[in-house]
Amino acid sequence: MLKSTTALALGLVLASAAMAADYDKGASDDEIKFGTIVPLSGPASAYGSTGTCIAAYFDMVNDRGGINGRTVTVSVQDDGYNPAKMLEQARRLVEREGVLFIAGNIGTPTNSAIHRYMNQRKVPHLFLTTGASKWDDPESYPWTMPFIPSYAAEGRIYARYIKETMPDSMIGILYQNDDFGRDYLDAFVAELSDESMVAAAVSYDTSTATIESQMSTLKDSGADVFFNIASPKFAAQAIRRAGEIGWDTTQFLVSVANAKSAVLEPAGLAYATGIISTQYLKEPTNPAYAEDADVAAWKEFQSTYFPKGSDGNWWDWSCYATAYTIEHILTQAGDVLTHENLMKLASNLEEFEAPMLLPGIAITTSPEDFAPIEAMSLMKFDGENWALFGDVIAVD
Amino acid sequence: MTFFLEQLIIGLSSGGIYAIMALALVMIYKSTGHVNLAQGEMAVFSTFIAWTLVQTGMPLWPAILLTVAVSFVGAIVLERVVVRPFAEADDLVVVAVFVGLFLSIHSLAGAIWNYEVKPFPSAFSDGSVSLMVDLSIRTHTLGSLVTTGAVLTAVWIFFRYTQLGLALRAAADNRESSRLVGINVSLMLALGWGLAAGIGAVAGVMIAPVTFLDPGMGLAPLIFALAGALLGGITSPFGAALGGLIVGVLEAMISAYVPYGIEFRELIALMLILSVLLVRPAGLFGEIVARRV
Amino acid sequence: MIMESTDMTEGRTGPHRNLSVPLARLGYAAALLVLLAATSGLEGYDLFLASSILSYAISAMGLNVLMGYNGQISLGHGAFFAIGAYTAAICIDRFAVPFTLTPVIAGIVGMGAGWLIGKPALRLEGVYLALATFGLAIATPTVLRSDLFAEWTGGVQGLFLGIEPAPEWMGLDLDQSIYLTVVAYFGLFAFLTLRLVQGLNGKAWIATRDNPIAARAMGFDVTRAKTRAFVFSVLACSVGGALQAVAVQFVAPDSFPFFLSIALFTAVVVGGLCSPLLGPLLGAAFIVLVPNVTEEIWQGGSWAVYGGVIIGVIAIQSRGLAGIMTGITSWVRDRITGQTTTRYERK
Repeated sequence: MLKSTTALALGLVLASAAMAADYDKGASDDEIKFGTIVPLSGPASAYGSTGTCIAAYFDMVNDRGGINGRTVTVSVQDDGYNPAKMLEQARRLVEREGVLFIAGNIGTPTNSAIHRYMNQRKVPHLFLTTGASKWDDPESYPWTMPFIPSYAAEGRIYARYIKETMPDSMIGILYQNDDFGRDYLDAFVAELSDESMVAAAVSYDTSTATIESQMSTLKDSGADVFFNIASPKFAAQAIRRAGEIGWDTTQFLVSVANAKSAVLEPAGLAYATGIISTQYLKEPTNPAYAEDADVAAWKEFQSTYFPKGSDGNWWDWSCYATAYTIEHILTQAGDVLTHENLMKLASNLEEFEAPMLLPGIAITTSPEDFAPIEAMSLMKFDGENWALFGDVIAVD
Repeated sequence: MTFFLEQLIIGLSSGGIYAIMALALVMIYKSTGHVNLAQGEMAVFSTFIAWTLVQTGMPLWPAILLTVAVSFVGAIVLERVVVRPFAEADDLVVVAVFVGLFLSIHSLAGAIWNYEVKPFPSAFSDGSVSLMVDLSIRTHTLGSLVTTGAVLTAVWIFFRYTQLGLALRAAADNRESSRLVGINVSLMLALGWGLAAGIGAVAGVMIAPVTFLDPGMGLAPLIFALAGALLGGITSPFGAALGGLIVGVLEAMISAYVPYGIEFRELIALMLILSVLLVRPAGLFGEIVARRV
Repeated sequence: MIMESTDMTEGRTGPHRNLSVPLARLGYAAALLVLLAATSGLEGYDLFLASSILSYAISAMGLNVLMGYNGQISLGHGAFFAIGAYTAAICIDRFAVPFTLTPVIAGIVGMGAGWLIGKPALRLEGVYLALATFGLAIATPTVLRSDLFAEWTGGVQGLFLGIEPAPEWMGLDLDQSIYLTVVAYFGLFAFLTLRLVQGLNGKAWIATRDNPIAARAMGFDVTRAKTRAFVFSVLACSVGGALQAVAVQFVAPDSFPFFLSIALFTAVVVGGLCSPLLGPLLGAAFIVLVPNVTEEIWQGGSWAVYGGVIIGVIAIQSRGLAGIMTGITSWVRDRITGQTTTRYERK
C-alpha cells in the first residue's frame, strides 16, 4: 500500500515535471541562450566562420518564430585558437553569461582545455567540429560530444582502401605537425599493419612559407602513393607542387582540405584530377546536387543570413548541419530545457537526417556511443567535380 | 646530384622571396633606423590590392605598377598619421607601434578579403624551364630572382649615388645634424616608408604565386627575411639580399640532409645565423655603427 | 639606434620618490590586502581571470626589468613562459609535486635555460637580440610538438594538470586556492622587483641602458648587469607560466604561439615602461581584457581595433597606462591640494 502510494506520488511528480517548464541557467520562458567558441582572430581565423554561421542560422530560426516560442541567443566568442583563452571564454559563458550549453567549438587543443571543466560543471559541450577520437568517451566524459567523424576513422578508410586495391604500393605521407596531422598519420599507419609500405612520412609546420622541400623529399623516396594530410593552404600547395615536379602518384587527400574552390582550384584542377578523398556532406557547388532540396535550402540561408559564407568552404556548410541538429534537439526538449535533458536527447538520436548529409548517412547516437556521424563515402576528383564511388562506408 | 640541385633550386626559390623582402627591411632601416615588424603584413595588404585589381579585369603588370604606387602613397600617409607622433619616442615604444600596425593590418586584410587562400598569377609565366632530366626551375623563380637583382641594383644605386639616397641615410643616422645641413628630415622619413612599402609590394606579388595569397602569407617571409638581413648585414642591400638567399638555401638543405631537419629547420637555421652574428655582430657585410658616447 | 632616453628618467626613477618610504610601504600592504580580500569577494570566473592577469603581470614585471630598466628588446619571452608552464605540468603529472611549489621548480629550470640562452644571446644588441628571441618564440611550439620529448611533454596532445584544492580545514575551493597561490607569488615578485630596481642593480641596469660605455667607465660590470636583468626576466616569466598553467590546468603547444611573446611585450610597453608594479599589472589586465572588448566592437576584425588601441594608448602617453594613471592622480592631487607638484618636463 505504502509502496503504491509512493509510486503514485513519484508518478505525479514526474508528470508534473514533464508538464511544467523545467529550466537550467540559460533557458527561460522566452529565451534560450547558448555559446560557441571559435578562432576569430589569429592564424586559425579561416575556421572561425563556423561560429558566425551557427549564429546566422539561429537568426533565421528566430525570424521563423524561434523554438517553441523562445528566442535563441547565440553568444559567439573568440579563442584565437589558444587553449588558455578557450578556458577563459568557456568560463565566461558558463559562469558569467549563464549559457545553457556550449556547442560547435573548433579545435582539438582548445576543446581539450575545457574538456574536464565542462564535465565537472555538467554543462553540455556539444557537437564539436574536431575529429579527435577522444571526444567519443561517454563513460569518462558524459557531457562532451563531437559532431564530425574522427580523423582516425577516416585515416583507416584510406589505409584499407590502399591495402585492398594497391597492396604493393609505396606511400609517401605529408602531414601537418600537430594533433590533427598526427591523428590521421597514426591511425593510417596502424591500419596498414605493414610499416614498410610507408616510404617516407614528412611533416611541416604551419609557420612555414612553402612545403617544397618536403615534396622533393617525398618524391625522392620513390613513393607511388601520396597521402596529403594538410590544412587547406598547404594541401593546395602540395597538390600543385606534386604536379609541377612531375611526381606521378595516386593521391589521397583528407576531408578537411577537399573543398573544390578553397583547395583544388587554387592548386589547379588539372593537378587535382584523380585525387581520392572522403565525404559525408553534399558539396553545394557540385552539379550532382543542383536539384537537391538541402543544397537549395542552404543556398537560400547563405544568401539571406550568411552572406560571408562561401559555398566552396567545407567549414561553412558543415556547420549548417551542426546548427540544424542543435535546433532539432532544442525543439525536442520542449519545455524541459535542462542540461540533463539536452544530453539525453543528444545521446538518443536515431537515424536523424540532418540536412547536407549524404544520402545513406544519418546521425545515430546512444548513451554508449557519442559519435554522431559514423559513415563516409569515398570519392574521386574527375577534373571538374568530385564523384562518389563505392558504397557508404561505416567507420569505427 | 639531381636531388642536391633540386634542393638548391628550392632554396633559391624561397631565398629569392626572402631576399626581396629583406630589401624592403633594409630600405626602412636605412632611412628610419627601425625594423618594421609590420612590413610583411603591409606587403600582404598590397598584394590583396593587386589581386583585387586583377579581379576587376586589369592586366597583371599595370595592376602591379598601380599597386606599387598605391602602396608608396599609402605608406607615406601611414607614416604621417600613425608613426610620426612617435618620432622622438623610445625604441621599445616604436616597436609596440609596429606590433599594433601588424595586428591591425593583418586583421583588416582578413576582414576585407577573408581567410581563404587565393591563387595569384605569376608576373612572368606559370610554366617552368627544364634544366636537365628530372630537374626544372619555375619561370617564376627565375623571374623573381631577376626582380630581386633589379631591386637590389636600384636600391644600391639609390643609396650610393643619388643625392636623395644620401639624404635619407643622413636623416636616419643623425637627425639633428641632418636638419642643420638643410635636409628635410620629416620628408625623408615619410619617403623611406613609401619606398619600403613599394619594395614590399613587389615582394608580395613575387611571394603570392608561390605560397598562395592569404592574410597569413607575410609572416614566414618576414621572419626569414629578417634573419637573412641580419645575417648579411641590415645596412647593406647586397648583404641583406645575399643573406636572404643563404637563409632560403640553408633551410632547404637542413630539411633534406639533417636528421630531424624538417621538424627543426627554423630553429637550426636561426642558431646558425646567431652563431655567425656572435662572430660578426654587424652581419657578413654590414658596417659597424660607431657608438656615440 | 642609441636611445634618446633623457626624457624617460623621470618615470624610471619612479614617481614613488615623492612619497615617503613608509607611506609607499603602507600603500603596497593595502594593495596586497585588497588582493587577498578579493578571495572571498569574487566568484569562480573572476578569480580565474584575476589569477590569469596576475600570472601575466608577474611575467611582465620581469620583462619590464629587462626592457624598461635595462633597455634590451625581447620578442621571445613566451618561450620561457612555456618552459615554466611545462615544468609545472611535468612536475604535477610525473612527480605529483604540490601545485603551490611548482613555480619554484619552474623558476629554477627557467633560470637555467635563461642562463644557457642568455650567455651567448646577450652579446647581441637591439634588433639582433630581438630577432634571436623572436626566433626562440617561433620555434617554441615546434619543439613542444616534437616526438623527441613527447614522453614528457605529451607531444601534440599536451598535458593535464591534476590539481587538488587546499586541505579542507582551510575552507577554500580550487579557484580560491589557485588564486591565493598566485597572489602569494605576485607579492613575492613585487617585493623582489622593487628591491632590485631601487637598489644597486637598478642603477647598474639604467646606467647600462643609457650609456654602456660610460657605465663601464664608472665601474659597472655591463655584461653582468645585462645577464642579471635577463635571468631575472626569465625567472619571472617561467614562474608566471607555471602559475598560468596551474590556473588553466592544461598545457599544449598551441598555448604558446609566438603571439604570446608579442602579447607579453605589449603588456610591458602598454602597461608602462619602468613603472615597476603598476605598469605590468595594468599591462597584463590590458592583454587579457581588452581583446574581449574589441571583439565586441568588431567581431571578425577584433585585432584591427586591438592594434589601434595599443597605438592609441602609447600615443596618449608613451609611458603607457601607468603613465596615464600617474598623470591623472597627480592632476587630481594638485586640484585637491591646490599646489603644483614639480615635475621634470620633457626636453
